[in-house]
Amino acid sequence: MATTVYIPRDSSAVSIGADDVAEALRREAQQLGVELHVVRNGSRGLYWLEPMIEVQTQAGRIAYGPVRAEDAASFFEPEFLLSGEHRLRLGPTEEIPYLKNQERLTFARVGITDPVSLDDYLAHGGYCGLEHALSMGGAQVVEEVTASGLRGRGGAGFPAGIKWKTTLGIEAKQKYVVCNADEGDSGTFSDRMIMEGDPLVLIEGMTIAAIAVGATRGYIYLRSEYPDARMTLNLALDAARRGAYLGGNIRGSGKAFDIEVCVGAGAYICGEETAMLESLEGKRGMVRFKPPLPAIAGLFGQPTIINNVITLATVPIILDRGGAFYKDFGMGRSRGTIPIQLAGNVKRPGLIEKAFGVTLRDIIYEYGGGTASGRPVRAVQVGGPLGAYFSESMLDVAMDYEALVAKGGILGHGGIVVFDDTVDLAQQARYAMEFCALESCGKCTPCRIGSTRGVEVIDRIIATRGAEKSESVELLRDLCDTMTGGSLCALGGLIPLPVMSALRFFPGDFGLDGGTKT
Amino acid sequence: MVILRRVQDTLGWVPPDCIPTIAKILNLSRAEVHGVVSFYHDFRHQPPGKNIIKVCRAESCQAMGALALAEHIKRRLNCDFGQTSADGAHTLDAVYCFGNCACSPAVAVNGELFGRMTPKRFDEVFGKATGD
Repeated sequence: MATTVYIPRDSSAVSIGADDVAEALRREAQQLGVELHVVRNGSRGLYWLEPMIEVQTQAGRIAYGPVRAEDAASFFEPEFLLSGEHRLRLGPTEEIPYLKNQERLTFARVGITDPVSLDDYLAHGGYCGLEHALSMGGAQVVEEVTASGLRGRGGAGFPAGIKWKTTLGIEAKQKYVVCNADEGDSGTFSDRMIMEGDPLVLIEGMTIAAIAVGATRGYIYLRSEYPDARMTLNLALDAARRGAYLGGNIRGSGKAFDIEVCVGAGAYICGEETAMLESLEGKRGMVRFKPPLPAIAGLFGQPTIINNVITLATVPIILDRGGAFYKDFGMGRSRGTIPIQLAGNVKRPGLIEKAFGVTLRDIIYEYGGGTASGRPVRAVQVGGPLGAYFSESMLDVAMDYEALVAKGGILGHGGIVVFDDTVDLAQQARYAMEFCALESCGKCTPCRIGSTRGVEVIDRIIATRGAEKSESVELLRDLCDTMTGGSLCALGGLIPLPVMSALRFFPGDFGLDGGTKT
Repeated sequence: MVILRRVQDTLGWVPPDCIPTIAKILNLSRAEVHGVVSFYHDFRHQPPGKNIIKVCRAESCQAMGALALAEHIKRRLNCDFGQTSADGAHTLDAVYCFGNCACSPAVAVNGELFGRMTPKRFDEVFGKATGD
């Protein structure tokens, strides 16, 4: 009987040699006449162990990692032969504490199934949510999503059910569902993991949204930096069409819906929903004024549901298990789970899906194991390039929309980047302004011009002393105030967060009193 | 944008001569088409070098030594970000996140992504991919 081996096709795993490992194992098996069935699954998100392979045994899946192509032969030695003791053996995958101590709802199948196999998806509970949705009315589906407390996971945290209800209530010839897959925040990769590791759950989520509000066309706006995700999405779309889960008559319900993948062209601002709509219409990605809300007049002026990948990929489990089930996870007004992406200078980077409420400290030390360099943690940026920098002493804050805002930060898309004590926060603040200058769409003056002036003012703070320095600090505060209040969207409006938090919590790095420069 | 992408995929860049043609087909002004080409970082206004090297400069990669790595690569390619080396062999682009943050720092050589990059590994990968 053939032995099944799982080797991730996830682009991160491939970037450190997963394809080479798959090729070497296949070659070795062929030479030895061993029957090997290789499944290219998604990543489990234990990235420090990647490339991690799993061997199917009677006792379940056993993980090994990190595996290099040179290790292939060792898996076929007579005393081992794909089972038994091996120096890279990690034990049963599900028992690895990093994974075992998570609450995987959205990521329930990622790393387990073959991402582009409809059969595999169905065998692991796929499309149960859609079956339920088809038996309910649109209003009932929207009610279920509202009851679950699901909020936008892209960063804004707006309740998904309320958006859907708005679109549902409007009469229009054409409605759209647009998935925001322009995951531009540095330090985030959960959207990519879903699209590469379980694209059908996203397709199912979009289909449910479409059925709920009466939309017939869907678009996935994908960033161009994710070519592998584009390929897996298209393969999964074909599989769904073949199974009549997309098309003119979804599962015999008489309802029509289909999805197209549209690729961006390298503009961070197109992750902002109205800029994304402009880009989808083939224009420059300039932010639009709101109102009208996209839910009322969005793509081509028609009512449009726009949600992030994770939000939409969470809808199927809500429809499958019920809003109340999902709402049971989490704390306060942040219900359910959040896929946290841990990256930067950290020993065990990866994806951690937990109920809201877990603290930053637990994530960074219990899961992450501290810094990769072995030096002390000095700063942590939460929520992407627009998120605040926190100092080590502030890490007891919970991962929760409101708790982070109370501390002067944002949850954003759930990315955490850890820095050790070699970081210079004045340079990070300068980088934030530089990034804003590069990516500003140019619509609002505070963002377009303020960001360039911001770089100059920070340079002056670093270079000068005495009265000139304190004047420049005042100027920077004033500039940040203007940007916060005078920008339409989150780019200009939130870039002051990393800048001002760096200044506030790490004044020493700017050569100011109240801190020590490292 | 689909048209522009196809032009770039075929020619490697978007030559200014093609803008009036695209504008005519789509019944747009030349300024509108030029506006789109110039807005997006992906579209090139000059032909690129034979090899395209992209280096992530965002926070997670910075935390793992991307700045030193970028300096090494600039020296190795003999050009700065956004430039092509004088002999037309290599183009160096800055990217703000490949979503490979858990395997930082990240570099792509001719479209192939590499994680956990070090100057030494870059030289190996680069040599293998370009024969340089």
